[in-house]
Amino acid sequence: MKAFAQLFLSLDETNKTNEKVRILKDYFNSVPDADKMHMLALFTGRRPKRPINSTLVRNWAVELSNIPAWLFEESYHVVGDLAETMSLLMPENTSGSNKTLTEWVAEINEVAKRNEEERKLWLIESWMMLDRQERFVFNKLLTGSFRIGVSQNLVVKALAEVTGIEAATLTHRIMGSWMPETYSYEQLIQEQSTADDISRPYPFFLAYPIQETSEKRKTADDLEASLGQPAEWQAEWKWDGIRAQMIKRDGKIFIWSRGEDLSTEKFPELHPFLNALPDGTVLDGEILSFTNGLPMPFNVLQTRIGRKNLSKKILQDSPVAVIAYDCLEFEGEDIRTKTQAERRVILEQLQAATEYPEVFRISELIKFDSWAELETLREQSRAMIAEGIMLKRKNATYQVGRRRGDWWKWKIDPLSIDAVMIYAQKGHGRRADLYTDYTFAVWDGDKLVPFAKAYSGLTDQEINKVDYFVKRNTLEKFGPVRTVKPELVFEIGFEGINKSTRHKSGIALRFPRILRWRHDKKKEEADTLETLKALLDPVSPSPEEGS
Amino acid sequence: MAKPLLEFTDRGIYCEQGRFYIDPWKPVDDAVITHAHADHAYVGHKRYLAHHLSKEVLYYRLGEISLQTVEYGETVMKNGVEICLFPAGHVIGSAQIRISYKGEVWVVSGDYKTQDDGISTPFEPVACQHFISECTFGMPVYQWKEQAQIFSEINNWWCSNQQQGLLTVISGYSLGKAQRILQNLDLNIGPVFTHGVIENTNEALRRNGVILNPTTRITADTPKDEIRKGIILAPPSAIGTPWIRKFAPFSFGYCSGWMALRGAKRRRAADRGFILSDHADWDGLVSAIDATGCEKVYLTHGYTASFTRYLNEIGFDAREVHTLYGEEEEETSPNLTPPNLPGGEALKEYGNDSDRQVLPLGEDLGGVK
Repeated sequence: MKAFAQLFLSLDETNKTNEKVRILKDYFNSVPDADKMHMLALFTGRRPKRPINSTLVRNWAVELSNIPAWLFEESYHVVGDLAETMSLLMPENTSGSNKTLTEWVAEINEVAKRNEEERKLWLIESWMMLDRQERFVFNKLLTGSFRIGVSQNLVVKALAEVTGIEAATLTHRIMGSWMPETYSYEQLIQEQSTADDISRPYPFFLAYPIQETSEKRKTADDLEASLGQPAEWQAEWKWDGIRAQMIKRDGKIFIWSRGEDLSTEKFPELHPFLNALPDGTVLDGEILSFTNGLPMPFNVLQTRIGRKNLSKKILQDSPVAVIAYDCLEFEGEDIRTKTQAERRVILEQLQAATEYPEVFRISELIKFDSWAELETLREQSRAMIAEGIMLKRKNATYQVGRRRGDWWKWKIDPLSIDAVMIYAQKGHGRRADLYTDYTFAVWDGDKLVPFAKAYSGLTDQEINKVDYFVKRNTLEKFGPVRTVKPELVFEIGFEGINKSTRHKSGIALRFPRILRWRHDKKKEEADTLETLKALLDPVSPSPEEGS
Repeated sequence: MAKPLLEFTDRGIYCEQGRFYIDPWKPVDDAVITHAHADHAYVGHKRYLAHHLSKEVLYYRLGEISLQTVEYGETVMKNGVEICLFPAGHVIGSAQIRISYKGEVWVVSGDYKTQDDGISTPFEPVACQHFISECTFGMPVYQWKEQAQIFSEINNWWCSNQQQGLLTVISGYSLGKAQRILQNLDLNIGPVFTHGVIENTNEALRRNGVILNPTTRITADTPKDEIRKGIILAPPSAIGTPWIRKFAPFSFGYCSGWMALRGAKRRRAADRGFILSDHADWDGLVSAIDATGCEKVYLTHGYTASFTRYLNEIGFDAREVHTLYGEEEEETSPNLTPPNLPGGEALKEYGNDSDRQVLPLGEDLGGVK
């Protein structure tokens, strides 16, 4: 654990990519193989199951810290990270421990089987033998996620340099549902075939955005200059659903979402068509809710995400289908190195052969002869229930991760509105103890009605300024939330808007974010609720229906 | 009930009986100054009273002022009110001000720390009935380590940078932290080069008779090769400027109490963050307040709300008061630049100028994720 704690500390102490890779390599080169796999699991989001309910962990930490519970909570708001708060508030350790990361994870898994009293005893003993830094990573293991400012790409890069195996290959090998207890370092670095783990998905290829701002839009000429001839590209609508990879191998089916969650059971409507696919087929596409052959807005699909049990009613109200747009494996062969056009032909064949064309749909190609024509077509995105247009180079391979060059997403402008900030709350992580999460309001007569919370879109400098304003213009405090003097105006962008019975404003926004700080506007010049409601799509159903 | 000896006004802490202010932020006739940081020593007062060791720094920062200086423990009478200065341990020349009149005793502590930094006269608890305290770090997550341990980390880091051929830049605000760092660097490793702002303060302190380790002011003529053999001591405001970029590549270390938290450390984006503060930590604050034996304690700046609540729960009679202190570099939390608000308008205190009503909190807000 000492090595793992030091790894954390060292990574924290630098923001230089090369330095981070060096630190990761040092770690890989100095710890036992089992620790390497555990580290890899943790850094790719494979945390051990929580052995102790986090409320209990928190309560015992408060007890050990010998401060009132409310002060513990306030401290948490200041620190912005529970694991760190606990490690700072407990008394200094009284002894030491030389257990490895693997040994600690084994203990954590083991203690889950014991009764509450034994767990408490184990936890307090463990805390008292770890120093602050070790205790912090230990608490992370117990409670938190491992978001640590190091991307999976960086970890894979370091591992690639240590093993001499290509990064793309390693990225593929660490996909899927492996556990460090059963997947050894030796297995990882050996030659492998897909047969080793029939559920293993391929890394997703992600599109790069064509950057635009509301003031500066890309023209047809700009596109021609950076992308070349339109004939080299295929265009599709950018669907607003759940990105998924669907696998049929050895008679079994697997559905993976982009977050590497195995979601096979969440989409029973897709099972018949997947079961009917030939073995050794992997499709890439978007899962959406459909009614009468038309895609529905994302908020309809949203009502069924995260539900443990899919009731009959949900399956009736928001049945899903797939819009497939790529084929990564065919007849058991990895075809990611074939061109986009070649893969498209295979995909079309597979789709033409399906008996379930209502569920296994294909992403239609948009016909266009010039960039100017495509620009005009893009205006129809909202009517198509699409977020914009996808551009894929016809001779491109299917790559790993977000790459510039061959796949582009060209989204439509977000909807936007000018709103007044009225509440502020402190952020987490890098933004701990700074007011970074804001609630915005629009005018309804002479009242400000809150309608959205947003926290991204400002620069660090702007955040500092808003933080400074909030700290000096607080009207009231409600726990972590401050009511601030309504004065600052921001332009809020969002992807969609729906009616809502849950919110006082009567509307709910999708992906609200701050586009810019309107220094030029006074609070009286902010938009009204009426303006906001005018943006409601008259046909869009309320997300509350059926929930 | 008689009027209390000190009151909190919109100009600063005021003693009506003695007709003087302590650390006022608007121009007054008579100002008693706890220490020379900008949020405590404002320009524009007719007469200043401060500690001897603040003299040259005050002249340097405020220009020609009418200044009387005294020693710790020395008594000055103003209109029958007794004023006496005691060490606050915050920076060189920082003082707690004891004010007594007819048996009523108040202590204004200004900023203070209970740790002995080896360069400021160490903090002394002063018995009083009313104690006015800061609480910049008034949360239990702030607990300082021994300074010897921190400086051994700093010297090791400098040493290892030097072995890698990397220049070292360390930052701390110009009055206080800079001298504390300077006096604790291991000069066997190399010489110390200073940014002009820090060197001006060093010179003022030297004029005041303070003995500091040797430093070299960086000027346009200072050879870069020479500088690379040593360490650069720069104020936080110099970080990220073209001035400092000339010296790249270097490793940048930042010394502040805020570095105790990962979030702040990451935000600062320093190569190394060292937990070193000139303010009292949690235990320091609680023990300092306890040691005064005071009946009432007033919290001026920092985590006032929660610290007040905590003190009341453990048996003190504590209350929050509003002041404009807490604008000194370390106190304004680890932001990259001093904030500069649009139009200056936002800085105004909130008044009843709004005829429009904000809805109360209490509902789940829009924003589907």
